[in-house]
Amino acid sequence: MTATDSYQTPDGRTIGPNVMEMRNISLRFGGVTAIQDISFDIHEGEIRAIIGPNGAGKSSMLNVINGFYHPQEGEILYKGEVRKPMKPYEIAYQGIARTFQNIALFKGMSTLDNIMTGRLTHMKTGMLEQIVWSGRAEREEVENRAFVEHIIDFLEIQTIRKTPVGRLPYGLQKRVELGRALAAEPSLLLLDEPMAGMNVEEKEDMSRFILDVNDEFGTTIALIEHDMGVVMDIADRVVVMDYGKKIGDGTPSEVRNNQDVIDAYLGVSHD
Amino acid sequence: MAASKSEKSTFASIPELVAFHALNIPNSPAYREKEYGIWQSWSWSEAAEEIDALALGFLTLGVAKGDYIAIIGRNRPHFYWSMIAAQSVGAIPVPVYQDAVAEELVYVLDHCGAKFVLAENQEQVDKVLEIKKDLKALEHIIFLDNRGMRKYDRANLHDFRDLQNKGRNSEKKFAKTMASRRKAIKSSDTCVMLYTSGTTGRPKGVILSNHNIIKTSEASSSFDLLNASDDVLAYLPMAWVGDFIFSIGQACWTGFCVSCPENIETMQQDLKEIGPTYFFAPPRYFEGLLTNVMIRMEDASAVKRFLFSYFMAHAQKIGGNLLDGHSVSVIDKLKYAIGQLFIYGPLRNTLGLSNVRVGYTAGEAIGPEIFDFYRSIGINLKQLYGQTEASVYITQQPDGQVRSDTVGIASPGVELKISDSGEVFYRSPGTFVEYFKNPKSTKETKDAEGWVATGDAGFIEADTGHLRIIDRAKDVGKMEDGRLFAPKYVENKLKFFPNVLECVVFGAGRKFCTAFINIDLNAVGNWAERNNIAYSSYQELAGHKNVYEMIKDHINETNESLADDDMLSGCQIHRFVILHKELDADDGELTRTRKVRRRVIEDKFHNLINALYDGSSEVYTETEVTYEDGAKGAISATLAIADVKPVVQKGKAA
Repeated sequence: MTATDSYQTPDGRTIGPNVMEMRNISLRFGGVTAIQDISFDIHEGEIRAIIGPNGAGKSSMLNVINGFYHPQEGEILYKGEVRKPMKPYEIAYQGIARTFQNIALFKGMSTLDNIMTGRLTHMKTGMLEQIVWSGRAEREEVENRAFVEHIIDFLEIQTIRKTPVGRLPYGLQKRVELGRALAAEPSLLLLDEPMAGMNVEEKEDMSRFILDVNDEFGTTIALIEHDMGVVMDIADRVVVMDYGKKIGDGTPSEVRNNQDVIDAYLGVSHD
Repeated sequence: MAASKSEKSTFASIPELVAFHALNIPNSPAYREKEYGIWQSWSWSEAAEEIDALALGFLTLGVAKGDYIAIIGRNRPHFYWSMIAAQSVGAIPVPVYQDAVAEELVYVLDHCGAKFVLAENQEQVDKVLEIKKDLKALEHIIFLDNRGMRKYDRANLHDFRDLQNKGRNSEKKFAKTMASRRKAIKSSDTCVMLYTSGTTGRPKGVILSNHNIIKTSEASSSFDLLNASDDVLAYLPMAWVGDFIFSIGQACWTGFCVSCPENIETMQQDLKEIGPTYFFAPPRYFEGLLTNVMIRMEDASAVKRFLFSYFMAHAQKIGGNLLDGHSVSVIDKLKYAIGQLFIYGPLRNTLGLSNVRVGYTAGEAIGPEIFDFYRSIGINLKQLYGQTEASVYITQQPDGQVRSDTVGIASPGVELKISDSGEVFYRSPGTFVEYFKNPKSTKETKDAEGWVATGDAGFIEADTGHLRIIDRAKDVGKMEDGRLFAPKYVENKLKFFPNVLECVVFGAGRKFCTAFINIDLNAVGNWAERNNIAYSSYQELAGHKNVYEMIKDHINETNESLADDDMLSGCQIHRFVILHKELDADDGELTRTRKVRRRVIEDKFHNLINALYDGSSEVYTETEVTYEDGAKGAISATLAIADVKPVVQKGKAA
């Protein structure tokens, strides 16, 4: 399979051509090399996982895709064009949304309001218009609310619609965060450790939601995850990183049988 | 131009009633459902159109007369329409408990030979597909929520709304068939088949005819003056006969609106928004609600707590009398009105029960304090007694004659009799036709004259005509000296104490009664915290001597009230033990609906029972437990046995 081709998954979905391509990315913080010469691509409609042990550079990689970090070397192609250095909000306007490893919600606001903030990139009326509550602002609010309600229904969080998120258990907060990212109608969704700190049942729920998002909305998903079991179950293709380098790339079964990956995860004896 | 009641009485089927309302009150709301945060509503004419579209859709799939259509899902307008649409084409709806596991589902779907299954969502579809190989009759599955269904093979799988559209498009072809099938429905035809939950053995399919449902709905609606302006919230399982009578029978008879909650967890919030005028809930619902109120009051400010206790005491005194229409002094009325403004009104509103005109509870005994609490704040809560085989109603309490210890007088049209053995029998227009494919059980339950055995023992109070239920007939026994032994009656009295979660009373054929007690970890744990009692496990708390003292007080109180009862004074508890583990359905000690399985418990804990009767003061025991994941383990403990001095019956003092 060449990098730009579409392909068929074992369960019969057709994955489109690539939407994002990393070419020889290197990222350094002073003398520390976080990412070293990594290249991979993300195809349209696929679930792409980035895995690796602690400190492998996974979150840095996500932050590069997200535009939060600018790599010293290499280039990023998004929808076939080389991406210029951008601010995170500019990237949000390009249709890339994300969730965070340590939940970054507005704790004092309700679930509904938090998810509404995700609609920001789709608001056309300015602050002034909203203050005077013009007809256009009202219509827009109603449309956005309707969209958000569909997400609430999708994620089955109707019960906590009006609850301040600070009062919610961890697993639900993660779900609200996913909701906020979905509210932006992203074409590429980045999930930073969506299952971290969850129990088995919450992981199963979250996996189902991720698969359903991919299935229902056709959203391309790139996710970082620690839990190998989950990744192997839901991802179409996996990039494995270790010490800032790419040590494996392919379908879950290919990766699972890759000796370098096994060594990185299980350790290797130095004799 | 509403037609007169007499005209309605000639209708033979539910679809006819729907057509009647669609013609007479086309714009009144018939169904509501909260979705996407908003109450969506359908008027009677819109509902009739939805039902027609689905009925036509059924015809495109080849639904034949007499086919069984199973419905698996939570309360949603679409499923109510499905039942009426099924009837419209001569098929028989079979609502099934949505939380049934695959194994239970196989039995029911295979037993009725369902050709069509309506499933709510992917979860239910998966469950049906999993057992499909065991269901020879199954032809088509129709699902309502298309989420996650994209990748399924659609050969025999249909989207509910697509099917409706298909029906709309083939109206020309099938409209005549639908009309003629609708016209052909006789009042003796099956209206619905409901599977009883089956505490003993396999579930039985109870066949209820159109006559059963319509006559029962007519009688019960006029009993409580239900009318088109009433509102109900449909949140109880659709497979339960009560929901069918309330949300289909009475709704279609009177034309009131049925509202469905957004999902099961939001029920309380939705209840508050709808403010139903007619409401049913099982006793444990009212119990839970009251506990919540009390916990929140404990956290409230001192002023609020004072106001609450002051006005609640007043309400206890006269609230019930006001509801029953007894005379109350002007000053008390005035005080109640002030309480109404500050306490009762806001409280009713918070509970979502502001508008309740008729409230019912049934299924289990309700604690008198709980019952009185709701009545005292002005909620007309009443009790009824019924079962699936009777199309719900056997007895119910008329306004003005409400008491916590009876289940009321015979419902309109119902005849009652008590057999020599004390079992309650009834005969009514609602009496079921038969058990499906089970003539043996039918014969055992219903005799040639139409009298149906309830399986409950009870008696009719001579002066008021109210029925009092004592216990399940098969559990009622005699003690060694021939006095009546009714375990559940005693157990219910004990369970009204918040500290007692569960208890089992023994005494059949014995000299005296004894009991197993399960403490309620929440209530007792809370009490322990307040009293500075340290404990590290359930077992340790259960064995604590202060807990024993507390339970002993409860039993003393129970004994006192039993001593006042001529028939049941023999059931006083002499000795008891607090169990070291909670009785659990996973261990087979309770049914899934949390009813005690006496035989199992007697078997499993026979050494404890022996110790209760042989006079020992403690006993060592080892018990097998099943964890939630199915793994087994054992716990052992030495349990103390406590003695209680029985109360001597008045007038019989030795």
